[in-house]
Amino acid sequence: MCAKNIAVLDYGAGNLTSVRLAFRRVGAQVLVTDDPAAAAKADALVFPGVGSAASGMAGLRRSHLDGVLLDGIRSGKPVLAVCLGMQMLLSHSAEDGGVAGLAVVPGRVELFLFPPEKRVKVPHMGWNTVVHPGTHPVFAGIPSGEAFYFVHSYYALPAEEEKVLARSEYAGVEFACAVGGRNVFAVQFHPERSGEAGLQMLENFMKWDGSICC
Amino acid sequence: MLLKRLIVCLDVRDRRVTKGVRFLDNRDVGDPVELAEKYCRDGADELVFYDITASAEHRPTDLEMVRRVAEKVFIPFSVGGGVRSSADMRQVLLAGADKVSLNSLAVLHPEILSEGARSFGRQCVVLGMDVRFAGVSSALPSGYEVVIEGGRRGMGLDALEWARKAVDLGAGEICLNAIDTDGVRGGYELDITRMISENVSVPVIASGGAGELRHIADAFLRGKADAALVASMVHSGDFTCGGIKQFMIDNSIPARRGFVRKEK
Repeated sequence: MCAKNIAVLDYGAGNLTSVRLAFRRVGAQVLVTDDPAAAAKADALVFPGVGSAASGMAGLRRSHLDGVLLDGIRSGKPVLAVCLGMQMLLSHSAEDGGVAGLAVVPGRVELFLFPPEKRVKVPHMGWNTVVHPGTHPVFAGIPSGEAFYFVHSYYALPAEEEKVLARSEYAGVEFACAVGGRNVFAVQFHPERSGEAGLQMLENFMKWDGSICC
Repeated sequence: MLLKRLIVCLDVRDRRVTKGVRFLDNRDVGDPVELAEKYCRDGADELVFYDITASAEHRPTDLEMVRRVAEKVFIPFSVGGGVRSSADMRQVLLAGADKVSLNSLAVLHPEILSEGARSFGRQCVVLGMDVRFAGVSSALPSGYEVVIEGGRRGMGLDALEWARKAVDLGAGEICLNAIDTDGVRGGYELDITRMISENVSVPVIASGGAGELRHIADAFLRGKADAALVASMVHSGDFTCGGIKQFMIDNSIPARRGFVRKEK
């Protein structure tokens, strides 16, 4: 089965132009919507996000898209979460004084903290290498070590090792840059801004039926 | 590992990419969208578009061009020129740009940096800084003065002091352009690049003067830049992004190799 209709959840957290255009480029039928009924009809969901955890969670609840997202996850629809979308899938974020997440992936989200004398620049911004075991269908054709584009100050610490799908390292801190389980594929980086490797990932997601094994 | 970025700059006038020397004598390079696609395929990590005549012509940024670029470009790109308010910034971002570059406007109205960071996140706010060596003095401890309006107007403002203030206000990245070396292809101004890069908490892009491969290495190894911006080097056809990337890798500067997707 190949996911034909993809709904990008528009809950007010950021600009969705590039996500929409990138999916269109790989041939997806993509709908950017803030309407829970329209989103519920899609074959696959994209949970994007730019901004802070507190405003993101508030926007998600206000739009009533949280129910569509959680129903989609429970029903086995392929779900792609990006950046803040990924962070909101964890149980708790340290951002904005502490915010409860959706707890789809047990674990926490923490701020990159470095001693001032190390002069490490935060946010972590730019292209970084993504190391993965090469078994997940959404990484098909993408070698481990390929670079993707990141912009973030907080990073995920999943409680369960088996939820980690890929890792990156910044200034000595190793972190989970892709997490998930069954039908959920969540990434810290931006595939829609990661050139041909990112488009390959979106194309893989579009064709993914939401199962790990063939 | 975080990689060092190679950024290609496209100066656009009348919907054509042009390149000048020290901001003058512009000559035609090609169509902005076609060139953008070419540089993406060739391994550029990011693109910068400057609508170089928007301010002089008192018109807003050419949003149609931004939209056309966004249809074809799937790496980060920033847009500068013609942005006069945070409402203008919003239009440019909604048209598909990832970042907005603010230069003269930020010097004259620094609050735009805070407004932009608050409304869109500081990762969208790039401070473009044109600087010129003026000699070390009590007014200019770094020796470099900030200039605006394409280099025509000196502001008596110290480059390092301005960089720090702009970051405090909300700039998420600094593109530091040395106008004495712009388009001359004699190398970046490494002293001021390093001074700023080591003293601010945001990435610094070295700009103005790259002409040879060793200049790129210098920007990273001596200038401590996070990214190097090129224009003439690649517009002339003398170098390709892929070739520059290979040179970076050969010199132990971590860089992204090209990835080829199997188009169906």
